[in-house]
Amino acid sequence: MTKTSVIIDGRAVTVDEGATILEAAKTINVRVPTLCHLHLEDLQMVNQVASCRLCVVEVAGRKPLLPACATPVAEGMEVRTNSKRVLAARRAVLELLLSDHPTDCLICVKSTNCELQKLAHDFAIDRERFRWEVNDYPEDTGSRALKRDPNKCIMCRRCETMCSEIQTVGVLTANGRGFEAIVGPAGMKPVLDTNCTFCGQCVTVCPTGALTGVSYVQDVWEALFDTSKTVVVQVAPAIRAAIGEEFGMAPGTAIPGRLAAGLRRLGFDAVFDTTFGADLTIMEESREIVERLHDQHHLPLLTSCCPGWINFLEFQFPDLRDIASTCKSPQQMVGTIAKTYYAERIGKRAEDIVMVAVMPCLAKKYEAARPEHTDSGVPDVDYVITTRELSKMLKEAGIDLRYIEDESFDNPLGESTGAGVIFGATGGVLEAALRTVYEQVNERELEDVNFTAVRGMQGVKEAEIRLNGKVVRVAAASGLGNARKLLTKIEKGESTYDVIEIMACPGGCINGGGQPYSQERAERIQARIEALYAVDKGQAVRKSHENPSVQRLYEEFLGEPGSEKAHKLLHTVYFRR
Amino acid sequence: MARINPEPKERLLATEGYAELDAYIDGLHLEPEAPRRKDTLIQALHRAQIIFGYLPDEVQLHIANRFYIPHAEVSGVVGFYNFFTTEPKGQYQVSVCMGTACYVLGADKVLQEFERLLGIRSGEISDNGKFSLDSLRCVGACGLAPVVTINDRVYGKVKPDAVEGIVEHYLVEEAQEA
Repeated sequence: MTKTSVIIDGRAVTVDEGATILEAAKTINVRVPTLCHLHLEDLQMVNQVASCRLCVVEVAGRKPLLPACATPVAEGMEVRTNSKRVLAARRAVLELLLSDHPTDCLICVKSTNCELQKLAHDFAIDRERFRWEVNDYPEDTGSRALKRDPNKCIMCRRCETMCSEIQTVGVLTANGRGFEAIVGPAGMKPVLDTNCTFCGQCVTVCPTGALTGVSYVQDVWEALFDTSKTVVVQVAPAIRAAIGEEFGMAPGTAIPGRLAAGLRRLGFDAVFDTTFGADLTIMEESREIVERLHDQHHLPLLTSCCPGWINFLEFQFPDLRDIASTCKSPQQMVGTIAKTYYAERIGKRAEDIVMVAVMPCLAKKYEAARPEHTDSGVPDVDYVITTRELSKMLKEAGIDLRYIEDESFDNPLGESTGAGVIFGATGGVLEAALRTVYEQVNERELEDVNFTAVRGMQGVKEAEIRLNGKVVRVAAASGLGNARKLLTKIEKGESTYDVIEIMACPGGCINGGGQPYSQERAERIQARIEALYAVDKGQAVRKSHENPSVQRLYEEFLGEPGSEKAHKLLHTVYFRR
Repeated sequence: MARINPEPKERLLATEGYAELDAYIDGLHLEPEAPRRKDTLIQALHRAQIIFGYLPDEVQLHIANRFYIPHAEVSGVVGFYNFFTTEPKGQYQVSVCMGTACYVLGADKVLQEFERLLGIRSGEISDNGKFSLDSLRCVGACGLAPVVTINDRVYGKVKPDAVEGIVEHYLVEEAQEA
């Protein structure tokens, strides 16, 4: 590639032709402040609207200051990144951004993770130089999942780029112009009235508190202190690989034992593991896969664990609903089994049990609130809180996960396998299903349980396995843009896959909208994925059908996979949204 | 085809209008996956506003679906340009130019006079639907400042005391037609 040489702050730099000043500066550790700019290399997403102007620099021979994020270098260019003029302009830009931004940092959920707050801190802003009008839009919490506070929008449009280009959902746009301009759904409608999937990827890129999740922390506290209720909790696989970050542990530290101990200290009467539901999902789903492959109908089977993906399917491809697996998600399976089988065992009624789910996800909140998820007679899952919300509850209660001994999950809904754990990463559901389907169909032991071809951050991964001598083609996609590509092929009859796993968030649940915020996103996601596979590897049982508690559940309660009772309790239906 | 947008909550506008709009959009020969299909979006919105007088959600959704794009994209364009309106306009659309030249020659007082006489604020429509009042930015006739346009007619060098006569003219015209 052709190289370009430039001088930045008196130092010579050679970079690839076409690189931006920002990129060139980075190579010599010159930090140009940015706010709207976002480059997610793993997703090939670049938000380069250059709207905030915080990264302006002085270029010799050019009169105006130029945005470093969107100005390509040119041979011989001389750049000053911290001249008096540059610093004065940046300060004015930041002060103007702050002039109409709410100053409620103390009670803002994004505090300490807010990029605007951090800039104000770094720039030592200690007064409100400008303060005129402020916007006064109402908050939007009607979806029970995604919370929008339009007054905190700074028009960086990262959310819009994520929603339109990566997820291809296209809910968000700039509304109005000038001072009133705000990013939101068409005509500033509530998100519930749009085709939002509640995947929450917008939340992961929002620099401020404009996009967050609807919190259920207070409801959970109330339940925990209500002595008339048995309050049980389930934690998704992805939580154990990420919550340590909130306590200052290195990314990629999986702490299932400490997490179970911490939840018990919070006062939960029983601490269950969503991985149990994952194993249960595999029992039901592998039966579906085997049946459909045998009859060669309703193929490819689409997995149904991810509620963001299901929302996408119901809205955008309603005619393909019937090829989705009818299995409930692991969260909902654990909820239903807790309020039926477990309730019976402990002699309680479903309405006396409060089921709290800790999820890396915002769409799970929406899923739990869906009216059809009441097979136990009451809502199967009462409250869903995110990894972030749980870490705050632990901190409020003075429970530090760094200094706590491992404990185990409670049986029976706490027993898990390696297969259940890898549900938290893209490809994991498929791999878990293959481990079980292979042994069920071929009736012999799988030599190597690791289907590494379906692992990793690549948008679409594929593999082939032989079942009864026949080649079965499978694929795993993460990110809704990748899902769209596969679904479009299915619609056109061009798909050659038999089973497709889809997760709405790029990389899977470990990168969900409820996970700890991070500026070093790509490395963290990779570390979290590796942590899950390490847990899987260290697990004695790595196949769902070998989970003893799952086997007992079928013996004592459900009969066999696909039985009438299993269908009533563990399967669901989809709607045209 | 993937379904991109929700159905409109209500569809109240005349089917003849939609037929006319569809005929126009058919002529654009849009392809679902052609990257340049959005190039003619503004023309289509323009046409729709001529047909319906305004661009409520139901029209925006119709156009979004015909262009195979999310409603948000259409809404973003409609919201960006002052020319487009999501509210119905009056039979007589009064626009007072507030561009620099008009403004320094007293356009604000002209606008105030229209507001007083019509009993509505700028951006509103009168109860009987006859008049709507807006300000706009520069119609390119600065030599005639201050400028007022009413539907297709342009009034130049308008002084506040001329406003009453203009309004009366339309009231008389209205009475004669009735």
